[in-house]
Amino acid sequence: MGGRDATMVLLDENGVRCDGRKIDETRRIMIKAGGLKNADGSAYIEFGDNKILVGVFGPRDVHPKHMSNTDTGILRVRYHMEPFSVGDRKNPAPSRREIEISKVIKEALEPAVMLEKFPRTAVDVFIEVLQADGGTRCAALTAASVALADAGIPMRDMVAAVASGKVADTIILDVNNEEDQAGQADMPIGYMPSLDKITLLQLDGVLTPEEYKKCVDVGVKGCKIVYELQKKALKDKYFGKGGD
Amino acid sequence: MDNKRKYVIPGDVVTTGPFRPEQNVILEGEKIISTAVGISEIYEDSVRVISLTGKYIPKIDDLVIGKVNSHTSLSWELDINSCYVGFLPAQDVFGRDFSAHADELATKLKTGDLVAARIANFDRTRDPLVTISDRDLGAIDSGVLVKISPSKVPRLIGKRGSMIQMIEMATNAAVTIGQNGWVVVSCETPEGLLKAKKAIEMVNQKAHVANLTDQIKEMLEIKDDET
Repeated sequence: MGGRDATMVLLDENGVRCDGRKIDETRRIMIKAGGLKNADGSAYIEFGDNKILVGVFGPRDVHPKHMSNTDTGILRVRYHMEPFSVGDRKNPAPSRREIEISKVIKEALEPAVMLEKFPRTAVDVFIEVLQADGGTRCAALTAASVALADAGIPMRDMVAAVASGKVADTIILDVNNEEDQAGQADMPIGYMPSLDKITLLQLDGVLTPEEYKKCVDVGVKGCKIVYELQKKALKDKYFGKGGD
Repeated sequence: MDNKRKYVIPGDVVTTGPFRPEQNVILEGEKIISTAVGISEIYEDSVRVISLTGKYIPKIDDLVIGKVNSHTSLSWELDINSCYVGFLPAQDVFGRDFSAHADELATKLKTGDLVAARIANFDRTRDPLVTISDRDLGAIDSGVLVKISPSKVPRLIGKRGSMIQMIEMATNAAVTIGQNGWVVVSCETPEGLLKAKKAIEMVNQKAHVANLTDQIKEMLEIKDDET
């Protein structure tokens, strides 16, 4: 898929990965807050070859009414991949995978947002993946967090996310599509940097307890890098370039 | 006033120590953490963050501009640019001796009318209750509605009302500002109306600019010796 070399080496003897990165290096990340006029908050992220747009609405009325909660506001997340986001056309109907990712992103954002301030309302997060290249759930979660802050939803902390994994018996940071397909393990991590809490942790593959610990450490370090970029995106929008 | 101002985003630690958390901050152990994108202000015993985004959340005693959405035989429902609808009971307009069969609500306020109202009561269990029985409140019969972002209302008012007074003086317009971001401008001359409207929209767009007052002054063509 994507016309890349099928016989490539995932990690060569100099510790250089298939796309030229070092083992603890993320892909190029660009985050922009705002951009959508009609949404209450929005964000756009480019995470390597991933391109994701997020729009946030709310707090607003809940429809259907029976979903509303008198104690707290509710968070609704829709993760959706465009038909043109992958090599072969993707059916635009929500797939099993998209429904699962919507759920895990929702649950990763819930500890951060303070919706108990807005009972009987809903906050809707719409995530559109324009181009996918492995690690979309992390990129989407990162962008969703920026969009929520842009919408002015009170949050205890931002949520930054990145995946770590294991390729050629080595723990690496930020797994791309090739490493995800051919690698040994993939671990997406969502992390709140100021509160030092993990909100998302999944693992696909097999790791020893030592490798697991290292994988989490590497992932958390990566999240801190992503967090700095989230911070910059929001500060650029609200306080002008270099505002501090 | 000794207050260190700082730009913050959610999760930023504003300060640590024995302070009272006020607007848009939470206390997490020793740390005081911002929950919004905005400007932090530290006072002698309290800390607050002035949010730069977000929807209008009703507060008791706020003056708001509402638009009549619909009515039942006992009350009106007002759109107050919030996630909650404003609830205006008929007794508030007709007085104590209101009777549901004798009085027709549409005779006083029709759907689409603009109303200046005050939030009389609001808590998390029910929709905000508004009242129009006070001086300067009630149906608005003339003027143009300008919508701005609710988080920029304090900027439009300015320090002790300086900004809005300047606009009113320069254009001879009467401006009613609702805390919910809806503003009604009325003026005898169409030129003044347009000018005031333009000034308000400029405040909305350039709320973060430092020398905004001077820019507005320039646009309104006020000479320095006049003020």
